[in-house]
Amino acid sequence: MSDITPELVRHLASLSRIDLHDEEVTSLTSELGQIVESIAKVQEVATDDVVATSHPIPLQNVSRPDEVGETLTQEQALSNAPDSADGRFRVPAILGGEQ
Amino acid sequence: MSGIVGLTAAQLAERLGAGEVSSVEATSAHLDRIAAVDGDVNAFLHVSDHALEVARSIDDRRAAGEELGPLAGVPLAIKDVLVTTDMPSTSGSRILEGYMSPYDATVVARSRAAGLVPLGKTNMDEFAMGSSTEHSAFGPTRNPWDLSRIPGGSGGGSAAAVAAFEAPLALGSDTGGSIRQPAHVTGTVGVKPTYGAVSRYGSIALASSLDQVGPVSRTVLDAGLLQDIVQGHDRFDSTSLTTQWPSMAEAAREGARGDVLDGLRVGIVRQLGGEGFQAGVRQRFTETVEMLQAAGAEVVEVDAPHFEYAVAAYYLILPAEASSNLAKFDSVRFGLRVEPAGATSEQMMSATREAGFGPEVKRRIILGTYALSSGYYAAYYGSAQKVRTLIQRDFSAAFAQVDVLVSPTAPTTAFPLGERVNDPLAMYLNDVTTIPANLAGIPGISVPIGLAPEDSLPVGLQIMAPAYRDDRLYRVGAAVEALVENALGGTLISRAPALGGAR
Amino acid sequence: MAADKLMDYDAALELFEPVLGFEVHVELGTKTKMFSHAPNVFGSEPNTNVTPVCLGLPGSLPVVNEQAVRYSISLGLALGCQIAASSRFARKNYFYPDNPKNYQISQYDEPIAFEGSVEIELPDGSLRTIPIERAHMEEDAGKLTHLGGSGGRIQGASSSLVDYNRAGVPLVEIVTHPIFGTEALAPEVGRAYVGAIRDIVLSLGISEAKMERGNLRCDANVSLRPRGQEKLGTRTETKNVNSLRSVERAVRYEIQRQAAILAEGGTITQETRHWHEDTGVTSSGRPKSDADDYRYFPEPDLLPVVPSAELVEQLRSELPEQPLARRRRLKADWGFTDLEFQDVANGGLVDVVEATIAAGSSPAAARKWWTGEISRRANADGVEVTEVIQPERVAEIAALVEAGTLTDKLARQVLEGVIAGEGTAQEVVDARGLAVVSDDGALIAAVDEALAAQPDVLAKIRDGKVQAAGAIIGSVMKAMRGQADAARVRELVLERAAAE
Repeated sequence: MSDITPELVRHLASLSRIDLHDEEVTSLTSELGQIVESIAKVQEVATDDVVATSHPIPLQNVSRPDEVGETLTQEQALSNAPDSADGRFRVPAILGGEQ
Repeated sequence: MSGIVGLTAAQLAERLGAGEVSSVEATSAHLDRIAAVDGDVNAFLHVSDHALEVARSIDDRRAAGEELGPLAGVPLAIKDVLVTTDMPSTSGSRILEGYMSPYDATVVARSRAAGLVPLGKTNMDEFAMGSSTEHSAFGPTRNPWDLSRIPGGSGGGSAAAVAAFEAPLALGSDTGGSIRQPAHVTGTVGVKPTYGAVSRYGSIALASSLDQVGPVSRTVLDAGLLQDIVQGHDRFDSTSLTTQWPSMAEAAREGARGDVLDGLRVGIVRQLGGEGFQAGVRQRFTETVEMLQAAGAEVVEVDAPHFEYAVAAYYLILPAEASSNLAKFDSVRFGLRVEPAGATSEQMMSATREAGFGPEVKRRIILGTYALSSGYYAAYYGSAQKVRTLIQRDFSAAFAQVDVLVSPTAPTTAFPLGERVNDPLAMYLNDVTTIPANLAGIPGISVPIGLAPEDSLPVGLQIMAPAYRDDRLYRVGAAVEALVENALGGTLISRAPALGGAR
Repeated sequence: MAADKLMDYDAALELFEPVLGFEVHVELGTKTKMFSHAPNVFGSEPNTNVTPVCLGLPGSLPVVNEQAVRYSISLGLALGCQIAASSRFARKNYFYPDNPKNYQISQYDEPIAFEGSVEIELPDGSLRTIPIERAHMEEDAGKLTHLGGSGGRIQGASSSLVDYNRAGVPLVEIVTHPIFGTEALAPEVGRAYVGAIRDIVLSLGISEAKMERGNLRCDANVSLRPRGQEKLGTRTETKNVNSLRSVERAVRYEIQRQAAILAEGGTITQETRHWHEDTGVTSSGRPKSDADDYRYFPEPDLLPVVPSAELVEQLRSELPEQPLARRRRLKADWGFTDLEFQDVANGGLVDVVEATIAAGSSPAAARKWWTGEISRRANADGVEVTEVIQPERVAEIAALVEAGTLTDKLARQVLEGVIAGEGTAQEVVDARGLAVVSDDGALIAAVDEALAAQPDVLAKIRDGKVQAAGAIIGSVMKAMRGQADAARVRELVLERAAAE
């Protein structure tokens, strides 16, 4: 019994900016349902007394001195840009026409 | 395999050093081999236009009397997950088709500095998500042992290139087995070093806390020679260790000639075998363990009770981190852009990501987004991080009893192309043996141990050591390699079928 | 955009209690960015202060700037916060074109500093304590330029351009707990609080803190609750509040706007609003569909920051005196009235006045020079006061006045000479021959001459009409070309008039 619904898949797709087709929503809903069911078992042993590990090798205080290093040129920075103008990356309107 | 391409990296390096072979000759031989067989294998996404030029400069430097590194002039294949300034870097994805990085990955820069000659970029599952390379946007790689079968993944291209003698060495990356499992199914050697031993800078991130770059080769010594070049601290990667590493090549040489197996305490993990493992895989594994015992190793069974939760934890942590790591592919600064007429920036991003990502990538991004969502975080991502702690404890307990742990590298030999591509769960279970090492950050190696009788396909032995003890893997790995070679009366890879041009 | 309906401010306060909250972002003045070695400088050509990290290029990884961590700890300490024994970074996931990785590296459940308080002073001299919830480190976003709309606004724009020079600049975000009980003074409290943060940051020397440049940015949260209600009302978050005056105006506006809606039985939408400096109104921002779910998780590319007790104690010992405490101390030391001190403080002149006094000037003279002539010149030339003249030179001039060598009028000429680079005050006095004539002989001669020339005035003085002496004094001063002490001249006039 999984709580993966087509609406949830659509919401997750919107959060992750993927414009899924309807067929993809359908197949993902069922696939994710199965996957989630099988991975939910982590909860069985994840008790309160167990600390979480986010880094496999524990290190701390890794930092660098505040010294300027090599930078990219503007040409390098823009070299892969799908669109640019005036030394900047160009994107279409951020707000839709109706707003 | 005869001729230059049949040489191991160590043998080739020796001849280069002795002036018996030039780097141009070695590079040409491999480029010819690629031209002859890669139409069948499809290990390469891009073959370098500069390889001969680089080889010539190495020859010139050698001729000028310059002191060069041990692998100078040896060709190298590079997994497409590693960014390179002179070749496109796509990570197997349509969304990065043609992407030219303005900088080299640290491992690539170190390889260049050591005089290795980049031959090209190897195929992989898109963004390293997969165990078969079938999720590459540019078509699957085929296993040189049987072209109808998968070469493993995600680094199937690197393993196949090495197995097909298209390159003596390759660089790979291993997030849940992407170096070791392809080595297993292609009869080659692959090493996942200790997390942080090799820089991740310039490795297109899949799951930051699991990814590790490592060597792919046909012998343990060759892998050690390459790890010696790429390992060590990198100030551009915060998780890079400052450890002064011993020479892995030296460890491999010791292992090959010495008696390291005598008195070695070897643990068999009860949870990494048995049911679900192919009979021929089990058989070769058991025989190898018996050889180890015969060589003086003390073999015990150890229990790792939480390993059964490893795959579940992995498929929460990986998608979660990946969903965030892959957010940068939005068509603003680089990569594919799909811009429907009148689209807003947001619509452009959504259309681009819909068109640019394959089904497995979308699946994992959606899954990871779910695992991190408010309301689910504690139950999923949080719990998975706790399982990680439990698995580390299992390893600690095991390594208190034994020096190394062993298992079959994967449950089965190479499966047929297409068999599991539409069954994500079955595909995920393929990583059951390799995932625990990534969750715990410990090093692992896969060494070929023979062919499964039922399908005559390669089987690998996975050896795992405690964190920081990569040298132990090389020592034991080389010893196992020597035992197997002795038993077979030659290397396993020499039994690989001839391909294309060599027929 | 229809104009918002506003309720009269006093009426609004009668019905509702305002509750405030502030999120102040401080850009740190480090040499490099938070996670990359790209220079942290303002005003460069677009996309030149960038590395693969700043652009979020594939394969790039962040590395923490140790100086930014130290600055953040110092700021935390100055805010009276506890410094975390262990602190870590987290990813805040949201898509936006100015956010190069589409996640911002920030801090979530383990900020570097938490639970502090800031004392502020209101215009009436009363003190209040603002509770601080946390201060955390994060990175700034790039800068968007909108094309095709009116006045560079995002509304109606056909496309936008992105410059990532600012992407990755270190920020500390300071978050308050809800601030209760401000009542009608809410706008003043807002202004004083942000001003206090600015002063603290400046005193630490960790940021230029120029609001107009975005070094210091304030998001003001305002909610209203009906009198007698326990539950907090829905809040709005007003962004783009880029001056102290705007903080005050925006808070006031939101109180009036929300009160009008609530009084009519409407509900407040929880949203981001934008302050418009030119029109003095707030407008609804883009409702962020993702805002409810940033999917925070620990940043796997970075390790925990675990400040040692030694480091924290060292930074604590290096903290400057708190600006408010310092101001109160100086005001008492200098004997200024509230108004006098405000003149100095609001002009940003506390440091130069202090330095001038330290160089020997009286507090009154230092205040007069800096708030008067020097500020006028600085404003006229559009430069900082410190670029006009050094405090030591001002003290020299004040000393010459004190000693009677210069009158105020002469002193202004000396100031001009010093500013013009003619040397020290004494050198200008000498070169221009500006000293007061203190030789009584010469003065007496001039007085006698003037009395002789105006016998009618002399007669009036002798009749006891002392104020008539003014005319004589004027003549004498004119004869002396101003280089006489008017008080002494007056004495002499009365003396000589009586003597004849």
